[in-house]
Amino acid sequence: MRAFVRVFFIGGVIAYRGLFNWIRPAMYIPTMLIGPVFQILFFAYLGRYSKVEDDAFFVVGNAIQASAMSAVFAGTMTIANERQYQTLAPLLATPANRFAMFMGRAVPVIASGVLVSAWGFLMGWLLLDFDPPASSLPALAVIVVVSVTSCTAFGLTLGSIGMRARDVFMSANIAYYLMWLLCGVNIPLSALPDWLAQIGKLLPLTHGIAAGREVAAGASLSSVSGLVWTEVAVGTAWAVVATTLVWWFEREGRRRATLETF
Amino acid sequence: MRTTRLLLIGVRFHVKSLTLSVFFLLTSVFMPLLVATVSYYMFKAGGKPGTLFYASLGAAVYGIWSTTLFGSGGAIQWQRWQGTLELIVSAPAPFILLVLPLTIATSTIGLYSLVSTLVWGRFAFGIPFHIEQPLAFVVAVPATILGLGLLGLLFASTFVLYRNANALSNMLEWPVLLVTGMLVPLSLLPGWAGPIAWLLAPTWGVQAIREAAIGGTPWPDAGMTIALGLVYLAIGAVCLRHFELAARRHATLSLT
Repeated sequence: MRAFVRVFFIGGVIAYRGLFNWIRPAMYIPTMLIGPVFQILFFAYLGRYSKVEDDAFFVVGNAIQASAMSAVFAGTMTIANERQYQTLAPLLATPANRFAMFMGRAVPVIASGVLVSAWGFLMGWLLLDFDPPASSLPALAVIVVVSVTSCTAFGLTLGSIGMRARDVFMSANIAYYLMWLLCGVNIPLSALPDWLAQIGKLLPLTHGIAAGREVAAGASLSSVSGLVWTEVAVGTAWAVVATTLVWWFEREGRRRATLETF
Repeated sequence: MRTTRLLLIGVRFHVKSLTLSVFFLLTSVFMPLLVATVSYYMFKAGGKPGTLFYASLGAAVYGIWSTTLFGSGGAIQWQRWQGTLELIVSAPAPFILLVLPLTIATSTIGLYSLVSTLVWGRFAFGIPFHIEQPLAFVVAVPATILGLGLLGLLFASTFVLYRNANALSNMLEWPVLLVTGMLVPLSLLPGWAGPIAWLLAPTWGVQAIREAAIGGTPWPDAGMTIALGLVYLAIGAVCLRHFELAARRHATLSLT
């Protein structure tokens, strides 16, 4: 148990520092903080023009979705980059618990996602017509953490595919941008064709964003517990898929000696 | 004559090279289609289906902008990563004549986005495709591509000194999409956004293409796009020379 906790937390932080040693403030601030603010502003103004919803709708949707930049891309990289950096084989030669090893490194990714999302909410409050009651902030924080965690599990799933596929970053890009369309970020699910809305319900963030909107409008956390638990279930399902794929691709990679071939 | 040949061969080489990049094609085709689709659904949900062709044209110009920005952000950085930046800088031809074809090529690739967005709108959403002034449209599109390509050159010139140029280009995508009125009319934006928009070629380019397609006076807008492009070229040439010398002096040209 002690080894599990050590690999999960200490190993997770060390792995994150190693895999993301290229991140500098000069890169993080423009990409992760300034870019999302303009994304929120753009969709809020497009929303005003199209008269589809009010500012709060777009602030909540895009502030939560912006966390996916960390959750999806960094989540993908935490596994797929081991192969890119040729460190996958030594990593998998260790007897460490795979769940602790890969899920532990998701913790800093989640922290980064929560920071981006909180920044988005703050900027939305400062720059747009978005003024949630102060009492809703703790509930909103819970929803953001759940949504980012769920989305990170999705990112880890994409990353685990990177143990086998030649170029998983293309898929990560497509998945990230499709969230604008499918997860109710900018369009109410009711306005989408039914089949697109059904796909959206299987993706992370969709239920979290819906819950976040209700809470920001004054609803209590208990009144949106169904949505929050659904988001937890979606995230858990993606985590199970990620763990299964890691197990499967490791087994296949060892059997075929293809762990690091492209 | 030699300069023209260098530019033409450079543009041809980079267009062919960029067309082989799946990631670049994703930027030029998938992204504008997605932005167009989100906009279509938003306009439909908001009860403004009459604006779909407007959105279609805006998303198409966004595609040109997106590829230009991505390309100009990478113009210097890719050469750094490939170890060819020093070779290009030390070549007998002026540096600007080697960078300019790349930025023009990236905006030319944006033609894919124009075509794909209009075709997508026509077949997936039934948006009628009717051009009011075909001649003006045929002039406005290359004028916009040229204007954006020269804006890309201006960005690329400043990116010589900046090692995280890709991050900067990521950051610039949304602000320019917002303030140039590609999808949101300028009249809806705060007053301070107006003067910024006037200095950006995409503002005039999208206006020229829209007025040629929907009706209006596209020629002054097309002229402004080219005029601004020439200003970018002059500033870009000075910046490129200055930053190139600074990078050589500090021996930071190939540092990543």
